[in-house]
Amino acid sequence: MFDKSISELHSLLHKKELSVSELVQTSFDRIHTVDEKVKAFMTLNEEGAMQAAKALDGKLGTEEARGLLFGLPVGVKDNIVTKGLRTTASSQLLSNFEPLHNATVVERLNAAETITVGKLNMDEFAMGSSNENSGYFGTRNPWNTDYVPGGSSGGSAASVAAGEVFFSLGSDTGGSIRQPAAFCGVVGLKPTYGLVSRFGLIAFASSLDQIGAITNTVEDNAYLLQSIAGHDKMDSTSANVDVPDYLSSLTGDVKGLRIAVPKEYLAEGVDEDVKNSVLQSLKKLEELGATWDEVSLPHSKYAVATYYLLSSSEASANLARFDGVRYGVRAEAENLLDLYKKTRSEGFGDEVKRRIMLGTFALSSGYYDAYYKKAQKVRTLIKNDFEKVFEDYDVIIGPTTPTPAFKVGEKIDNPLTMYANDILTIPVNLAGVPAISVPCGLSNGLPVGLQIIGKHFDEKTVYRVAHAFEQATDHHKAKPEL
Amino acid sequence: MSRITKEEVKHVANLARLEMDEAEVEKFTTQLDDIISMAEQLNELDTENIEPTTHVLDLKNVLREDKVQPWLSREEALKNAPDQENGQVKVPSIFE
Repeated sequence: MFDKSISELHSLLHKKELSVSELVQTSFDRIHTVDEKVKAFMTLNEEGAMQAAKALDGKLGTEEARGLLFGLPVGVKDNIVTKGLRTTASSQLLSNFEPLHNATVVERLNAAETITVGKLNMDEFAMGSSNENSGYFGTRNPWNTDYVPGGSSGGSAASVAAGEVFFSLGSDTGGSIRQPAAFCGVVGLKPTYGLVSRFGLIAFASSLDQIGAITNTVEDNAYLLQSIAGHDKMDSTSANVDVPDYLSSLTGDVKGLRIAVPKEYLAEGVDEDVKNSVLQSLKKLEELGATWDEVSLPHSKYAVATYYLLSSSEASANLARFDGVRYGVRAEAENLLDLYKKTRSEGFGDEVKRRIMLGTFALSSGYYDAYYKKAQKVRTLIKNDFEKVFEDYDVIIGPTTPTPAFKVGEKIDNPLTMYANDILTIPVNLAGVPAISVPCGLSNGLPVGLQIIGKHFDEKTVYRVAHAFEQATDHHKAKPEL
Repeated sequence: MSRITKEEVKHVANLARLEMDEAEVEKFTTQLDDIISMAEQLNELDTENIEPTTHVLDLKNVLREDKVQPWLSREEALKNAPDQENGQVKVPSIFE
């Protein structure tokens, strides 16, 4: 069942060969069988989902059931607020938080009549690359449970790879959709900054955060984006652009496509297997009629430092709201200042504290120009690198990550090694451009991801290339055994 | 050379409203020093005439009409409050 695409499921429901209740039950059955090992879910919405499914069954066969996503189960990353359904952002500070409204993306999925089966584990407040920073438990990689699923949307990627849901929502600030998608062998797109509303996304770094979907195939991903993209007056950074028809771009045709391959993305530090998978993929795209050249994104090596200064600075401001006054778990204290300090110190994990500290430092008097403003200027240089390459090329291609998934515990004690893992995904967020990760091979039984980066608001080309590649290869058909 | 001292870490922790014991101060001093050393790599670049990027999109001021709209009821707004009294959020005393 879980190798079915959205259009196949739609057809089964449409022909009444399957009811919504049966489909949603299949999802929960799978969760009850494998989630003990994978630990992708933070909170299940079993009762609510089964009730909703029953209600939708009454509409089967009518005009109202025509939408492609009608009745399909979805998992939602736990930093996207869901009305009345506990939302923790994987932080102990929010262990009792029941949001009073839905995020815009959730409203849009509700309008398409998907069914939220539960909330997905992540690194606390989306800070991390392995899900080991969850304030509750670490999600495991379905391909090998000794390995991390990636992060921060680790639960979102693992749940799709494990066949618990057909698709999920994640968020990506420095690679948090693409990196876990690569590690778990599924498809994940970070849309152009501003394409998808951030209203109801618990903010980490507001100038970088974007919500996107994790799916089994490129086509499924395009269906999801079609439903969640578009202007939202509740998000003042939402772009007022027309949403094109993404599905129409899935032609399989890449003849004449000009691909740029940054030499920095295949440089020292990139695993040999990963490099070979990417070169094989480029060869495949050449066979399909595309051409590629080596180019340079000369400021790539400054991206990690730039990112950690900017994202941590923004985080230190955004996370100031978690003070134990209006919501969350409040610590016992004698006076208000103590209440703030105790609540935050007991509620936040180490990585969150580390980033708040770094951000507070970078924004503090005497250091602002040297660190924060300097990083903003280097961000301009990184953005310019991309714009220059896009003058002559349609897409930029490279690996999503320098290595396949690493072992649980391998990098957790050294923040800098952990941060270096995001070196190929971070520049994309700094430039605000869209990028997808699609499976492009296996290395010692672990998936490798191919990253395809496009111009601002040119998701159509990104999808076209990803789809053509996927359809010409069998990588997306490989599934983990659990 | 150490780029950040234990005293600075304590100062920053206070600004960030975080409480730390000596062992934590020690750990964060080392870790932040490492991260800041990496950040200093940016000084290799001449950015004298470069404009900072605060946002990738060319957004103008986004304004809406100043109109009263229904929002949460008082009861709903207080639903997640850890402590409340007479329809208001309650906190311990601000002044000692």
